[in-house]
Amino acid sequence: MLDLLSGFIIELRNAGLPVSLTENLDAMHAISHIPLEDREAFKYALGATLVKNNAHWRSFETVFEVYFSLRGPEYSITDGDGEGSIDDLLQQMQEAQMKGEGNGGAGGMDSLTPEELMNILMNALMNGDQALMRALARQAVQRFAGMEPGRPVGGTYYLYRTLRNLDLDGMLDKLMEASKKEVGGELTKLEERLEKDEYNDRIEKFKQEVEAEIRRRLVADRGAEAMAKTLRKPLPEDVEFMHASRDEMQNLKKSLQPLTRKLAARLARKRRHGRKGPLDFRSTVRHSLAYGGVPAEPKFKYPRPAKPELIVIADISGSVAAFARFTLMLVYAISGQFSKVRSFVFIDGIDEVTEYFKKTEDISEAIHRINTEADVIWVDGHSDYGHAFEVFWDKYGKEINPKSTVLLLGDARNNYHASQAWVIKEIRQKARHVYWLNPEPRSYWNTGDSIVGEYGTHTDGVYECRNLRQLEAFVEKLA
Amino acid sequence: MDNRFESVQSVRDGLKDVNYLADDGIAGVVFLADRLGKPILVEGPAGTGKTQLAKSVAEMIGAKLIRLQCYEGLDESKALYEWNYKKQLLRIQADRNSDAWSDIHDDIFGSEFLLTRPLLEAITSKEPVVLLIDEVDRVEVETEALLLEILSEYQVSIPELGTITATQIPLVFLTSNNTRELSEALKRRCLFLHVDYPQMDREKEIVLTKVPGVTEMLADQIARIVRSIRQIDLKKAPSVSETIDWARTLVLLGIGTINAEQAKETLHVLLKYQSDIAKAAKELSDD
Repeated sequence: MLDLLSGFIIELRNAGLPVSLTENLDAMHAISHIPLEDREAFKYALGATLVKNNAHWRSFETVFEVYFSLRGPEYSITDGDGEGSIDDLLQQMQEAQMKGEGNGGAGGMDSLTPEELMNILMNALMNGDQALMRALARQAVQRFAGMEPGRPVGGTYYLYRTLRNLDLDGMLDKLMEASKKEVGGELTKLEERLEKDEYNDRIEKFKQEVEAEIRRRLVADRGAEAMAKTLRKPLPEDVEFMHASRDEMQNLKKSLQPLTRKLAARLARKRRHGRKGPLDFRSTVRHSLAYGGVPAEPKFKYPRPAKPELIVIADISGSVAAFARFTLMLVYAISGQFSKVRSFVFIDGIDEVTEYFKKTEDISEAIHRINTEADVIWVDGHSDYGHAFEVFWDKYGKEINPKSTVLLLGDARNNYHASQAWVIKEIRQKARHVYWLNPEPRSYWNTGDSIVGEYGTHTDGVYECRNLRQLEAFVEKLA
Repeated sequence: MDNRFESVQSVRDGLKDVNYLADDGIAGVVFLADRLGKPILVEGPAGTGKTQLAKSVAEMIGAKLIRLQCYEGLDESKALYEWNYKKQLLRIQADRNSDAWSDIHDDIFGSEFLLTRPLLEAITSKEPVVLLIDEVDRVEVETEALLLEILSEYQVSIPELGTITATQIPLVFLTSNNTRELSEALKRRCLFLHVDYPQMDREKEIVLTKVPGVTEMLADQIARIVRSIRQIDLKKAPSVSETIDWARTLVLLGIGTINAEQAKETLHVLLKYQSDIAKAAKELSDD
């Protein structure tokens, strides 16, 4: 047990979770108070002692599933070699059939045709029968995934194969129809929506069962350590903007909101707790009246640092679009910390998009409008920093003043066009600060058609901004 | 130290008796906190019953609830203890004529002149106590350090008086709305509990227990609609307390089953931003 636990904790650390020695000891203490057969309690005991940040919970769960997937009675694998299903499964199935009204053919699941299997699944989904769903997930994996021991394929491959055979999207439609029939007549829009949500939820649960089943089998095949390594995912704040998958993007978006809240609170606090300034004579005299004219309580002027005015100029061409989107979202989410925010986007032409953000409270809608409406294409839709900057200088150059901070976002991959770096130089002379944020790793800078160095010499600093953590650190410094 | 709870299940049942529906996670962590003698750091969105958990636990074990509401600028003299300097002054004045300085000196720093604040009160109390440190994320990082000694050792050191150790170990709850990252030192000393929006079934149960006069069917419908709304991308998703408010509203209006029209008209109870209301209303009516 001890070995297992320390292996588990090492894996957590490998996944990027900060687990200290005392927390490790706490976990050991905690599980001694918990009945070990109770898997849920065990999980929460470990969670409460080892994970101190909710954003890390998912990573913890993954590692937990891998390490403790083969333990506990209901989770044991009955057919590790992939040869035919055994009594346990059958028994579960029969129990489930007795409980639920839905059934297809009697007897073992192995003998079912795919159609019958689908029918049972549909019934299980309709009734929300957990046990049956779990049994079905096992059966589905066994039948469709075609898993072979020792084959070096990722779990997603098997998942895809299983789900393709089950056609869950079609299932949703069928379920909706069935429930309509059951009510006998049309559902109102509201009811329809609620039903749909319900079924979606159940299908999602079923998918998770399938996933868990695949994972269990893989662990049995390859061992926990190897599995943990392949499943290891970066924490949300460490995901790189440029290579994020769609799922990761969703997670990023979710973690953006609490982050901005924290950032705004921190910045507001920082602003309020400035240094003390010189003596405020008027205020001191006024307060001295309370003490009969004795200035017993000196009052000071508190400096109120002016909020910076921000001009964001972002490249939104394909390669860096995600990064630009996130930066814009972050900046606008804390726009209260700036006296004014103006934003421009470009590919080879440039367009101002400040209005989009003003009209709506909903930032994601504004971003969507930028992607569809902004006029950023001049010739061929390949990034041309030089031309975009030139146009910017002609049209809006006059509006840069000593209060403004200019933020340039992009990888400076200019497709070998003229750089027009003089624009940046001019801007710097007029503005308070000019910063460049580059979503590429530092080692790629100035390779190929990247000319970030050429622009960089005219700015106050070029920053690598590959993930949320770096972006956050920069924004905090800025405001 | 004797334990307050028998098992996780007993915690759960006990909480249910005082109308707080805990899930396995919550009950498990409360149970562990008692066994390990550690504070619980409860984190989660606003209005999911973080503060209520502490209150309910206090009610369950029949302990006194001592609450320290945190805010910016909270300091030692508000949280831990303060010398009653007025009384000290009086004491000195009363003894003005005698020369026994050393007597007075020892005297005026006695426990007689100490004003206890919530934290000190919690550990000196003779009866069982549940200490609730509410919204701990509002204090500055430096002030957090004040809490460390009491959270790990259950003692308070007063320079003039020595160390006061707890007579009995209180159950401590810290709540946080996560407006800033708490320091590692604080987190390390606590068990962590994230309270999220409840699952649909649990939410339904909550509505049933908290709202008198609600029918099973209405509660079910409410829980389903709220779950739907939470899936929409909103500025502020409806919290449990808002769900309860909404259920009360519907009961007061005498609504048995909700249709889209009624839902739209009462949305403002559930959502607090105009843009959110518009969005949710749109989602509920078409699509």
